[in-house]
Amino acid sequence: MVTVDQVWAALEEIPDPEIPVISLVDLGVIRGVAIDGDRVHIDFTPTFLGCPALEVMKRALEDKVAELGGDPDVAVIQDDSWSTDRITAAGREKLREAGFAPPAPRAAGTTTLVQLQSKAFRCPYCGSTETKLENIFGPTPCRSIRWCESCRQPFEQFKTI
Amino acid sequence: MSGGGSTEPREAARAQLLLSIADDELILGWRDSEWTGIAPTLEEDVAFSSIAQNEIGHARALYELAAVELDSDADALAFDRAPDAYRCAPFVELRLLDWAHTIARRYLYEEADRVRLDALRASDDTELAGLAAKIDREEVYHRMHAEMWAARLRDEPRFRDAVNELWPYALGVLEPEQRAELAQRVGLRVESTQAIERGEHTPELAELWNEMTEVRRSVPGANW
Repeated sequence: MVTVDQVWAALEEIPDPEIPVISLVDLGVIRGVAIDGDRVHIDFTPTFLGCPALEVMKRALEDKVAELGGDPDVAVIQDDSWSTDRITAAGREKLREAGFAPPAPRAAGTTTLVQLQSKAFRCPYCGSTETKLENIFGPTPCRSIRWCESCRQPFEQFKTI
Repeated sequence: MSGGGSTEPREAARAQLLLSIADDELILGWRDSEWTGIAPTLEEDVAFSSIAQNEIGHARALYELAAVELDSDADALAFDRAPDAYRCAPFVELRLLDWAHTIARRYLYEEADRVRLDALRASDDTELAGLAAKIDREEVYHRMHAEMWAARLRDEPRFRDAVNELWPYALGVLEPEQRAELAQRVGLRVESTQAIERGEHTPELAELWNEMTEVRRSVPGANW
């Protein structure tokens, strides 16, 4: 019989399908793991509702549990419990190293256009805050596009939600 | 009231509400996606594609909630109903071919959607309230986009005309008691405006439906 700790350790090996430098655990989308005999229950929260990787993530979770010899039961929780604040500190650092500026904390409340147009966002390449908003939207629902005035490089900024 | 019969109308009403919102989001997402590849700038091409993807994602989540009550699934609800069975407002069906009208619709729709989401978030239906709150996290970015364009075009006569022309349609997205709040937000009037209500469809919906369901209808029952 598998243990909760074994399941968490195994899930840490599953990369995000679109940003593979970060694991699903670092992304904070696993809300809970529970064991009931051979049955392994996982509560999984989507990031963005239109994310095309949702089904891939769900299947990856099921496959991983099956590899451990468990019988997977993955519940997709469509409530408001995921926000970018759930990305772990380690996950944020991995994002930055890969050239994705990690999301700003939600502490200040809902993001506003004024904030996005401010210079609070740091370039993941050179660390400068001399950056400006190019597009609220980007190649996937979770990213915006910014431009760094210092190293003259565009970069992708994880949206805060 | 007690007894088995009293919960049924309430459940039916909830499923109909979920379908109304889901259909709005699906059809508007489809319309917005029509700018992919032909928007006036590359940045807007990216923006409209991303917004469309979000709206269709919201539709999927809402259909999934409705599907539990209707013993169906999200794809069947999205694609297997006849055009007349859709509950979307005529506003989202319109095929708008110029940028002024497109931005006017995005602006008015996002403002109406904000009123609707605020009400849902405050409802005692915790499942729906939770989903509405999640949807709203994404809509924040749609509103920024719409407000940015509305501010930029505010003094352009073509944009003003488009907003006035679409206003009766925008009112039809909301329940009558929610309309005053929308009017206040956008600085227009409910009085003396005949709202174009949900229930009737424009000829554009049937055209859109033909295209949208074509692949699915080509092999009924296939597992994609």
